Amino acid sequence: MKPDMSVNLAGIPLRNPVMTASGTFGYGQEFAEYVNLESIGAFVTKGLSLKPRSGNPTPRIVETPGGMLNAIGLQNVGIEAFIAKKVPFLRTVNTPAIANFFGNTVDEYAELARRLDDIPEVAALEVNISCPNVKQGGIVFGTDPDCAATVVKACRAATTKALIVKLSPNVTDVVVMARACEDAGADCLSLINTLTGMAIDLNRRRPVLANITGGFSGPAIKPIALRMVWQVAQAVKVPIIGIGGIMTASDALEFILAGATAIQVGTASFINPGAAQEIAEEMEAWLVANGVADIKSLIGALEV
Amino acid sequence: MQFTAMILSNAEVSPGYWRMRLTAPQEFASARPGQFVMVRVAGAIDPLLRRPFGIFDVGIHTPAQSGAVAQPYFEMLYRVVGKGTALLATLHETDLLDILGPLGKGFNLGTADEEKLIVGGGVGLAPLYLLARELVQQSTVRLFAGGRTRDDILCITEFERLGVECYTATEDGSLGEQGLVTEALIRRLDALKGRATIYACGPHGMLNAVATIAADRSIPCQVSLEGYMACGVGACLGCVAPGQGHSTETPDFRCVCTDGPVFESGELKWRD
Repeated sequence: MKPDMSVNLAGIPLRNPVMTASGTFGYGQEFAEYVNLESIGAFVTKGLSLKPRSGNPTPRIVETPGGMLNAIGLQNVGIEAFIAKKVPFLRTVNTPAIANFFGNTVDEYAELARRLDDIPEVAALEVNISCPNVKQGGIVFGTDPDCAATVVKACRAATTKALIVKLSPNVTDVVVMARACEDAGADCLSLINTLTGMAIDLNRRRPVLANITGGFSGPAIKPIALRMVWQVAQAVKVPIIGIGGIMTASDALEFILAGATAIQVGTASFINPGAAQEIAEEMEAWLVANGVADIKSLIGALEV
Repeated sequence: MQFTAMILSNAEVSPGYWRMRLTAPQEFASARPGQFVMVRVAGAIDPLLRRPFGIFDVGIHTPAQSGAVAQPYFEMLYRVVGKGTALLATLHETDLLDILGPLGKGFNLGTADEEKLIVGGGVGLAPLYLLARELVQQSTVRLFAGGRTRDDILCITEFERLGVECYTATEDGSLGEQGLVTEALIRRLDALKGRATIYACGPHGMLNAVATIAADRSIPCQVSLEGYMACGVGACLGCVAPGQGHSTETPDFRCVCTDGPVFESGELKWRD
């Protein structure tokens, strides 16, 4: 029998728990040739700001064992171009599209939430309070619980859509941040964003990235991400989206056992553009092979 | 498209430089000169990311034996520079590789009534052979190949076989004239009667010099760029190059993978 793969993410029904992570899947259209977008649960678009952003100078990415560092600097088309050029495509896909966004100030966050709230093609909002690669907007809000709460409250007041808050792992205690965001009105938490890291070119005696530091992602970060999802799942009631180094269906299922309702595939989509679809199919096959009728029965089902 | 290719041959053509021939699906035959592929060099997580390589040649191999099926193939020319390319150099016939491509926008072949001047530095020759093969159908083609030593001058015989007139220059004088290949290019441009288009691929410094030479003489010039990229499909935004009017206030970054890798040199902002 075909297992039930559907989950409910803060009021948004997903056909399966597999989503794509912001910044790794463009605006969806870039991957349409490689992924049946209607085979995955949802996709998250590249982080949006009020004005277009140019991002950082190059080199912006470098590979390290089991992972990669990126310092893109939130290059994006801005909300106006998103509405004019990217939203029409979202209309053609029968899969929830979630808009990731960030601001430099609390007012900018609220303004973006308001603008995105008006777009019927946007199913939910993912607020990025955790980008490690820009000086303002992001990491400051993402590392201080009071600042995070202020941003989340402002966004909450500006939208009736589901509000997902993406958490940074670059904090002493992710649970403190998670609780602060939940209390401030987040409907859902996604974690983890990238870990700050660095690579050095020994022969040139210089940092590899023009930005010096970058966000570390890929399979190497999975154990850290799993641990954080597990800790947060013990502490909050809102649903969690697990992110961090998911390359295979077993990786994804481990996050679900740890307490995630859904998961996001990130770096894996760079290596294999069809990764999200393949992971969703292989998860279903695992359920069949293991006699699990409903994926929801696995959420937080870790035995300790 | 994404496909599994089987290696047909993989040989070192010059110290540190390798040429690999792989099977391709029928549709791959329509690959344009200047397009590239993303190769997953191992199924494991180290190396993790795909590596981009220019398409050196495409063709169809018809085996001589009865009953054999014609096999479309493509070739890559690569230099061993790191872990990924070192691993590629250890692979043999019948090994399989996961390929994404052909990707990106290729060269504009221009009009027949002009001379085509191709400038390549080292492994930058990789995407220029397929280009030369198409250009010789309609125009006079000259190749200017440069490198540090004779080891960096690749596959010149293949270009000559196409009827391309080849000029070589090495910094140590071990092959061709001593110095930079741009000097030979300048001499040719000074002697030029009529129109020409320049096509270039190689190290950034060489491209910068060629772009300047072309701009000074108002000669159209297309350059093929390299970039650190994770995806090859316009999502990671790792490989961007600044457009001509780029500034922090008026951002104009182009993706090497999807807007390029070939650009009109005038579209880009060149550093001094």
